[in-house]
Amino acid sequence: MSAADGNGALLEVRDLVKHFPVRRGLLRRQVGAVQALDGISLEIRRGETLGLVGESGSGKSTAARTILRLLEATSGQVVFDGEDITAASKHALRGIRPRMQMVFQDPYASLNPRKTAGSTVIEALEVNRIGTASDRRRRVDELFELVGLSPRLRNRYPHEFSGGQRQRIGIARALATEPRFVIADEAISALDVSIQAQIVNLLDDLKQQLELTYLFISHDVSMVRHISDRIAVLYLGKVAELGTSRDVWERPLHPYTLALLSAVPVPDPVRESQRERIVLPGDPPDPADPPSGCRFHTRCAFATDICHTDEPTLRDLGTPQAPHIVACHHAERVRGSHGNGKEIIP
Amino acid sequence: MSAPLLEVSKLAVRFDTDEGSVHAVNDVSFTLEQGEALGIVGESGSGKSVTALSIMGLVPTPPGHIEAGSIRFRERELLGAPERELRGIRGREIAMIYQDPMTSLNPALPVGRQLSEIVRHHLGLDRREALERASELLALVGIPNAGGRLGDHPHQFSGGQRQRILIAMALSCDPAVLIADEPTTALDVTVQAQIVELVKELRDRLGMAIVWITHDLGVVAGLVDKIAVMYSGYVVEQAPVRELFAQPGHPYTVGLLRSLPTFGGERRRLTPIPGSPPDLSRRVDACPFAPRCDWVIDRCREEFPDLADVAPDHGAACHRRDEVRDASALVDATP
Repeated sequence: MSAADGNGALLEVRDLVKHFPVRRGLLRRQVGAVQALDGISLEIRRGETLGLVGESGSGKSTAARTILRLLEATSGQVVFDGEDITAASKHALRGIRPRMQMVFQDPYASLNPRKTAGSTVIEALEVNRIGTASDRRRRVDELFELVGLSPRLRNRYPHEFSGGQRQRIGIARALATEPRFVIADEAISALDVSIQAQIVNLLDDLKQQLELTYLFISHDVSMVRHISDRIAVLYLGKVAELGTSRDVWERPLHPYTLALLSAVPVPDPVRESQRERIVLPGDPPDPADPPSGCRFHTRCAFATDICHTDEPTLRDLGTPQAPHIVACHHAERVRGSHGNGKEIIP
Repeated sequence: MSAPLLEVSKLAVRFDTDEGSVHAVNDVSFTLEQGEALGIVGESGSGKSVTALSIMGLVPTPPGHIEAGSIRFRERELLGAPERELRGIRGREIAMIYQDPMTSLNPALPVGRQLSEIVRHHLGLDRREALERASELLALVGIPNAGGRLGDHPHQFSGGQRQRILIAMALSCDPAVLIADEPTTALDVTVQAQIVELVKELRDRLGMAIVWITHDLGVVAGLVDKIAVMYSGYVVEQAPVRELFAQPGHPYTVGLLRSLPTFGGERRRLTPIPGSPPDLSRRVDACPFAPRCDWVIDRCREEFPDLADVAPDHGAACHRRDEVRDASALVDATP
């Protein structure tokens, strides 16, 4: 599924693998401590938002960090705008980094409490040697206005801002270097519900205005669906399913996606009472010791003998215009299993 | 009609900080009948967790002070009751589970011992009986091979399993009321679904009443009988669950529902609530939601709206409650 360069892909991830050294013994079962990618391939087209969903241990955050080369890949390639990031020299990376930025989950933890909001943003410009001192000050005002903050607030410290305002500062900092590509890693998860919508709308507006491309990572499946053009579902370090938002949400092909969607709570008591929930048995397996064959077979209602032994390859069951890729031996059965009777998908 | 199982009335809790007093809970009242499930929905700083801690007698004093109100359980007043009397109620008749299971479990002790100590303490069982009960409880909450895992420490369980263990602890003395404070917030969505289904099933089986505290309207929609929406330390709306979602009478509730993405159909732009949550250190004689409200009129900035009925069993603390409810019934407020 790796496409030729120049067909609109801004970022291509080819067979990306990230293995962490595993410590056995006491730490073995700690959820979230061991995260790995085991050969994921995807592309992000210019101007699109690709949503990445999956649970703790699925590899979402590892993917983000390996794509930005904050972590070194074990193997595989990340190609950004034609340049191989995984092989780039330190010097070359310095030229690429400003074009790829990240907005983090926790605006409380990612801002220096001793730095004013303005100097946090200026720092991003200084580090990348952008502009003169007076250019930078002007640019900070612009950036503040861009993210909906009054430039008068630039001399305030992080604790003087609300959670939503702090996330706006985090976004201003990410946009300071005029990136083409922004990874939002759980960027709204720590915010109150009424503020999440403000930030999602802001990200949407900025994308239009600045022609940005996003990788939007979240465990909130309904928000991912809202903001994304396409969605990739990760399970234990592998892509389980990848397709347009609409296809993945309305016509899921992977049993894990189906379970994930069935678990999304719907804020409507009448519909909730009519829904069927697929409760997955047990817990996600240890990523240090993934199951044989299909990694999902230990929790899957569709699993047969082949799933225990043969790892499913990625198959395209979509259309040429809208590929819909799935790694499941029984995708056709999954597709036929919903839509009748009780509502599974919200 | 007999008195409710749990009755909180006109509860007010204040915290004194270096920067002044914070009025965390103001004039909060609700009742809970035997076997009933109440959802308390609110954002950070809304006072929902402090309300729960007050019922459990766990408000740290100082800096916290229960300024006014009453909390009656089986017609007995809990506020100001002697500690000895309370010890027989809290943990035994009213049990609580918290958001982060790791902070509520002792990492150094096997879970079997933590569970059996509770039942020995409250139910006076001997060591062997208590371990048997611990194993039953772990099985009840769906821990596979429960008997074989009594010797395991908390870190040997997954996040979802640890939350199950906490539920087992809470249920160990067969409580009449289970208070759950954001028990699924730290969990993945499929694990959250497991826990919600477990609590529903246990409620049907054991008949306990539930107070489920959350910021997520979706989680409680299918779980509770009625909902209290809190904002700025006040209950701003209270209604049976279906009524609340179908015809909310407070602009904040309407705003919360509209700020969620739609389910099914075409994607539409989200409608956020403008502004930020209020500063609780300033108490003004006005509607706390007024600065963020689409429906605001002069009266809202001058006079505090009481929680008054907009329909049977449906209260809203809004001067324009009737208009808001009528309007929310016309447009589909739920996503």
